[in-house]
Amino acid sequence: MTENNKEEKKKFHLKDLFNRPSKPYANPYLGGVLLGMVLFASYFITGNGLGASGGLSRIAAFIEDLIAPGHIDQVPYLLTMAGGQLNPLDSWIVIVTAGVLIGGFTSGVIHGRTKFETNKGPNISNQTRWLFAFLGGILFTYGARLARGCTSGQALSGGATLSAGSWVVMFSIFGGAYALAYFVRRLWN
Amino acid sequence: MIPFPLHLESLLTKPLTYLVFLLIGFLFGYVLELSGFNHSPSLASQFYFKDLRVFKVFFTAIVVGMLLLFLSSAVGLLDYNLIWVNPTYLWSGIVGGLIMGFGFILGGFCPGTSLVALATLKIDGIFFVLGGLVGVFLFGETVDFYKFFFNGSYYGRLTLMDVFNLPAGIVVILVTLMAVFMLWGGEKLEKIYGNKDPKKAPKARYYGAGVLVIVAVAIAIIGQPTTADRWNDLESIRGDDLKNREVYVHPGELLDTFHDHKLNLVLIDVRSEADFNLFHLLDAENLLPEEIQNSIDEFIALPANTVIVVMSNDEITSTEVWKTLTAQAVPNVYILSGGINNWLETFSTSVEDVVCGELTQAGEEELRFEFNAALGSNCPAAYPDHDLYHFEYEKKIELDLKRAPVGGGCG
Repeated sequence: MTENNKEEKKKFHLKDLFNRPSKPYANPYLGGVLLGMVLFASYFITGNGLGASGGLSRIAAFIEDLIAPGHIDQVPYLLTMAGGQLNPLDSWIVIVTAGVLIGGFTSGVIHGRTKFETNKGPNISNQTRWLFAFLGGILFTYGARLARGCTSGQALSGGATLSAGSWVVMFSIFGGAYALAYFVRRLWN
Repeated sequence: MIPFPLHLESLLTKPLTYLVFLLIGFLFGYVLELSGFNHSPSLASQFYFKDLRVFKVFFTAIVVGMLLLFLSSAVGLLDYNLIWVNPTYLWSGIVGGLIMGFGFILGGFCPGTSLVALATLKIDGIFFVLGGLVGVFLFGETVDFYKFFFNGSYYGRLTLMDVFNLPAGIVVILVTLMAVFMLWGGEKLEKIYGNKDPKKAPKARYYGAGVLVIVAVAIAIIGQPTTADRWNDLESIRGDDLKNREVYVHPGELLDTFHDHKLNLVLIDVRSEADFNLFHLLDAENLLPEEIQNSIDEFIALPANTVIVVMSNDEITSTEVWKTLTAQAVPNVYILSGGINNWLETFSTSVEDVVCGELTQAGEEELRFEFNAALGSNCPAAYPDHDLYHFEYEKKIELDLKRAPVGGGCG
């Protein structure tokens, strides 16, 4: 290694990682092909599809277990994940969720898109955006638990394996969103 | 034998298994970010037809994933019966889906995309994830008020092939054509509502669509492996189990298994309804051999501790049914040694002797006992007293835990 290179290394600051020039997102069809290949690889190797809300619900169960351990044992739904000596985080889907966070962060850093910011429609304040993101999060995972999976676990994974129920869930998600979209257009337009 | 999916739990130690899942998650998160799924206005604007980026990624991914799955299944690389297929709960799926749709347009994310948004420090993504945790909590607290609705309208492992009664290859072609049509229509809508010029997008996408359709047609032409194909493939491995009678269970072992409460014992009686009505074992299910093929999905979805014992009057029909079930990757299937005839010989009591007599002559697979009343399972031999019998036998039943995952990405 030459002197010059060492100089450059020293100048590296952690915050530079988050100030790289933002690159545009990939072509959507290319992204789709890659996502389809990842989905296939998951089924091909493990027999399981992809998922996200399952990891979230186990993390929620873990937090509840910390706050009110006795309560978990009275809620049948949580019992299977965190009852008694069960560790709700000891599941492959939680590991996948951890991988999603690391993978998303990595791509974000490489392409200069990991930065503190709020993305929103032009006619609302940051606070309004945060409030609706929070409300939307509540509704989405509530619905995801009810339908036994979200856009990843049901629509994407079940869609590709041709599960009849998953196609119903998929059309319901898009149907619900398109039905409400007009009434909340101020949020995004 | 069909090599994939791998049974990671038996191949790798737990940390290595988790490493595989971590890598899959990593790629999933990386591609979601790469495709712009952490940018909430992109996710929302598809619902105003302005920018269908997310819609395009999503349906392209479903089609590509589907084609790769069914192509690898068609050429015998992947066992479709051993991958997780989401079970169908119709009404909770519809209502849950609509609620998710409302959450989608209000919150601008779905769970997977919100995780990637959080990982890339989008503050709206962080709020969505926090809301998501609250949503799980609320669900756990409220689901008991409507658990019949939550667990109702259950159809098991139901596929589009079952619903439309079409072969997989045809469904694959139809889904591919529908997706290509939707993507084409999406670009037209984008042009109208979002002022996007589709001419600026790379031409390669037309070739890509062509490739997808060609692959779909190829899948339909090759066809999915039939039970006979699957058995031919498996015979070199499991054929010896038949020859060496490794899967024929002695009546005494079956009686002991009745009392093994760690196992979920399923008795499948494949005789005619008439014979079944004359006499059958307690809790046996009557399925004709030709009905077995349509029940494969139900057998696959049974819990991991399930042991299936098939029985006919002798062993010929039950052995054929065993081949079908085993070829279709249903695990832990056994045959009642000597069939019902042998069972009655072993266990008939004075009660049965009053209504039936043993025939001196009976053809193959015929009931060797003549009943003058239909006992069904209302007699001692249908559930013999465990304390009265002790047999020496070679134990055959072992639990093999290789089976389709019993929980999807949502457990």
